[in-house]
Amino acid sequence: MRWGMKAKRTTQKTILYIIVILMVIYYIFPFYWAIKSSFTADKYLFTKEIKFWPQGFTFENYKKVFTERPFGLNILNSIIVAGATTIFSLIVGSFSAYAIARLKIPGKSALMLLILAVSMFPQVSILGGLFQLLRKMGLINTYPGLIIPYIALNLPLTTWILQNFFRELPKEIEESAYIDGCSKFETLWRIVLPLSAPGLVTTGLLAFIQAWNEFLFALTFMQTPEKYTVPVAIAMFTGKTFYEVPWGQLMAASVIVTTPLVVLVLIFQNKIVQGLTAGSVKG
Amino acid sequence: MNAKGKYKRQDMVLAFWLILPTLLAIGITAFYPLGQTIYDSFFKWSLRPGFQRQFVGFQNYINLFKDQRFLSALWNTIYFTIFSVLIEFLLGLATALVLNADFKLRGLVRAAVLIPWAIPTAVSSQMWKWMFNDQYGVISLMLYKIGLLEAGTPILGTPRLAMAAIIAVDVWKTTPFVALLLLAGLQTIPVELYEAARIDGAGLWRQFTSITMPILRPTIGVTLIFRTLDALRVFDVVYIMTQGAVGTETLAVYNRSLLMDNIFSPRGLFGYGSALSVVIFLIIGVFTIIYMRSLNIKLD
Repeated sequence: MRWGMKAKRTTQKTILYIIVILMVIYYIFPFYWAIKSSFTADKYLFTKEIKFWPQGFTFENYKKVFTERPFGLNILNSIIVAGATTIFSLIVGSFSAYAIARLKIPGKSALMLLILAVSMFPQVSILGGLFQLLRKMGLINTYPGLIIPYIALNLPLTTWILQNFFRELPKEIEESAYIDGCSKFETLWRIVLPLSAPGLVTTGLLAFIQAWNEFLFALTFMQTPEKYTVPVAIAMFTGKTFYEVPWGQLMAASVIVTTPLVVLVLIFQNKIVQGLTAGSVKG
Repeated sequence: MNAKGKYKRQDMVLAFWLILPTLLAIGITAFYPLGQTIYDSFFKWSLRPGFQRQFVGFQNYINLFKDQRFLSALWNTIYFTIFSVLIEFLLGLATALVLNADFKLRGLVRAAVLIPWAIPTAVSSQMWKWMFNDQYGVISLMLYKIGLLEAGTPILGTPRLAMAAIIAVDVWKTTPFVALLLLAGLQTIPVELYEAARIDGAGLWRQFTSITMPILRPTIGVTLIFRTLDALRVFDVVYIMTQGAVGTETLAVYNRSLLMDNIFSPRGLFGYGSALSVVIFLIIGVFTIIYMRSLNIKLD
């Protein structure tokens, strides 16, 4: 009987580990395949045999990504746009989050709902109006033309997560600062924000990833290859002729822009998980 | 009383200045463009220099519901939403249950599961497009080897197959997110409940149906609505994989094409595109209200 129980336990464990391995393969394989293809010479890439290891190992694709197209510029564009979006969303979002979390004002719920509602706007529903507005202001094909809409896209999540975070800080610290003669704004700037560094990191990461990955606005508002952000550059990847896609290079480009994100996820996975769950399920 | 009133007034002034930037940002780049789009939807209108606005009332909306392309885009979007959300939920639940179990290297496995979520959709779409390549794609070759597909079948050029491929990419990309939300729900269930059930002789399946599922139900509800809202707006993956060809065009893809391909239209089709934008907004709006109700936000 006891031996039977033990055998059952062992079988259950074995099945669990088999499922875990299958699961990891499923989630990782496409990324692995991109890495493998990016290091494979064209001669071996375009064959009908399946090889799970790069044949004719080469760095050629990585060189060509930067020499045959403005991909370096595209990465720079994405860093500038996503970086600026993150900084501005954090500043603007933490202000409103503090007011909602800590100041005694009427209509807080309505205000929060109004801000949260924006996250539900289908981007395509404001595309036409936004395009006309940016065109009037001469912002089509410029960084601000992308950064300003991205801030608005990010503010709902930023405000929501940060106000949840501010609520959990002990009130006593702020009150004593206030008694010591700090104004409420100074209290926010000098005391609350530094104390909220972990919350700011979580929110900042999510804002950065969202801005880095955005496609529809970038595709519509950036109109020359030198101004494309990374997702647009990747989507518009063509070879010497339109029909001939340089898959090796395309996979190299994909690996280049994905690796930093994967590293971020590995380092900050706990923070990201906290932020994601706070962002959609009431935390 | 007086002091308290003054204190509140100070708070109100500060709150006004703190919230103003947020309201300006979302006002200028979300609410104003939405208003503009609604306004445009009642006109024949395009950005063609010298084009005269022509009021047409609800004509754009009437035309829309006679437009075969709109009706198929609507159907494709519903089809995509039902299948992608359903599969993501089942696979996400399975993943969450596994991640909630006890095994070695669990942290690392959870990080691995997060990877597809972090990859930009544009990039993951291209990675899969390469695997679906008709001549050299690893998936096409494998399906050929096990006899499910004829050699050289263009998966992304074949009706039904193309939609299935798009759903497969979306499932891969989004299941991690679903799994994480469900995992957060699972972790709120006290271990003692399972222990008590085990002592009472309940098997794993019984524990799942009478403990896990009932407690998880609110989380499942929120997750499903959240995903449905996203799936109804799907654009990136469809645009990159097929550009909406062979029966894969969704509402957002058709909408962008209506607006941007007709931006200088002499026939004023930009207004027609705006009408579709408004219809999409209304569809999402209904689901949003359900979602907000289920969250039941109270901050006062």
